[in-house]
Amino acid sequence: CISYKPFSLPEQLVGTDESQQQQLAEAILKEKKTFKINIHVATSLPLPAERDHIRPRIDLIAFMINMQSKHSLRNVEASLSHMDANFFLGKVCFLITGVGRMNHCSVEMNAVRKLGNLYCSPVLFCELDSEGIRVATAQRLLRMLQICAGHMPGVSALFFSSLMKSSIDE
Amino acid sequence: MRRSGRPSLRRRQDMDTSDSGGVTPLGRKTAETGINFTSTTRFSRGLTFIRTHTLFGQSPARRIIPQTCLLQENADPQKIAFLLRKQWTLYSVTPMYKFSYGNLKEYSRLLSAFVAAEKRKGLAVEVGNDLGIKVTLSTLLGLKGTDQDQVAILVQIASRSQLPCENAEDKVVWSGWFCCISGDDLLESVPDDFTCLSLFLANGAESYTAIVGSWFQKTFDCYFSHLTISPLNLAWMAAMWTGCKVDSHMAATELVFSVPCIPQSLDISYAIHPEDAKALWDTVQKTPGEVTQEEVNLFMDCLYSHFHRHFKIHLSATRLVKVSTSIASAHCDGNIKVLN
Repeated sequence: CISYKPFSLPEQLVGTDESQQQQLAEAILKEKKTFKINIHVATSLPLPAERDHIRPRIDLIAFMINMQSKHSLRNVEASLSHMDANFFLGKVCFLITGVGRMNHCSVEMNAVRKLGNLYCSPVLFCELDSEGIRVATAQRLLRMLQICAGHMPGVSALFFSSLMKSSIDE
Repeated sequence: MRRSGRPSLRRRQDMDTSDSGGVTPLGRKTAETGINFTSTTRFSRGLTFIRTHTLFGQSPARRIIPQTCLLQENADPQKIAFLLRKQWTLYSVTPMYKFSYGNLKEYSRLLSAFVAAEKRKGLAVEVGNDLGIKVTLSTLLGLKGTDQDQVAILVQIASRSQLPCENAEDKVVWSGWFCCISGDDLLESVPDDFTCLSLFLANGAESYTAIVGSWFQKTFDCYFSHLTISPLNLAWMAAMWTGCKVDSHMAATELVFSVPCIPQSLDISYAIHPEDAKALWDTVQKTPGEVTQEEVNLFMDCLYSHFHRHFKIHLSATRLVKVSTSIASAHCDGNIKVLN
């Protein structure tokens, strides 16, 4: 796990691919912003209990799933069961990578969509290997983080669920 | 089946688990490329065709297995047996324009000339030198999923025997066959002039495959593309083929996984005793005649956790590249071999 100096707006990335997490965390930090953010990277939950008292409030948790590794899906599913239900009011999202190479996918699309529906959280598809997409994802996450932390007047994290209805479901 | 502009989520799996006569090919199709791939099990089984027509990236949730034998009565056992025990490379073919079953002899003649001409390119032409290539196109009766499927076509390149002896037989140097298994959805949307034989299997020299492919592409305005099999589909195959009954000698079920490592990728081969694999599958499958995604996942998860218990390696983090059972084997690069 890597922790940066505690400031406001902490965000947490959970996933099994540490290099991808690192790269995404760095991309987020590089973005221009007017507030300070703290990113905590973990491979699974629950977080070690000994640091609970110094851990700042977490505003957004992003679970990273690699479609090419079933293990990453299982890991995220196991981690989800350790989470407090309050987070699922818009403070959780799923980042899915690896869909670009269809012939290497070991995880079914259905499983990922079901996960998103079950936990009422947005599912974002991003190919984090590509620099451009990494930057775009970092920007999206930052935006979401601002909303989750209450920095956007009039917009609350609860609105995210309304963004999740896709035309395919209708 | 829905007729909206969106591809429909529908899949069908036909498997005959009875012991009556008939060949059992297993096939599947992914809609985004409109591809079928089939593997034929032993002629004495029954035809099994699996077909999926899916949204991009989605895999089938459930496959129904009708209990009826799908091998048509007019199947030629010798020809079907010829398809077994050979390594076939898979290609997907777009519908062919103005292909006529009545002109097979004409096509044979034209293709022979084309192959001979291509082979002769770059060689010094000797007067009277006949390269002795003969191409035959014939129908492969009996390999159909449903009645609407087009009849399969077999293309063979044989080199004429150089011996003066009258009984000398031509030696087949290359074979390829087109088929379409349970292509109902596609067939309904294809205009009349088109023949939909979306799966092509080739065995033999790559150069011949290229020549035959380019002739078909030029003559019928279609397109061949290489077909690869994803780990998800390979897992389905592993589960379904394990579930098939095989009377003769059962070979071990083998799964090969590729681990991305630096500098070179590592391959892990996991061999399971066929009876154990079948026993496991029998406990997983709830409804005979139906296979669901959950059952396939459970089957694979059991195998992974068994492996993890012994070797502390998470196979679920690797990529399945090859599946080999008593019935057939398939590699992710698009090579299949039917053994039974």
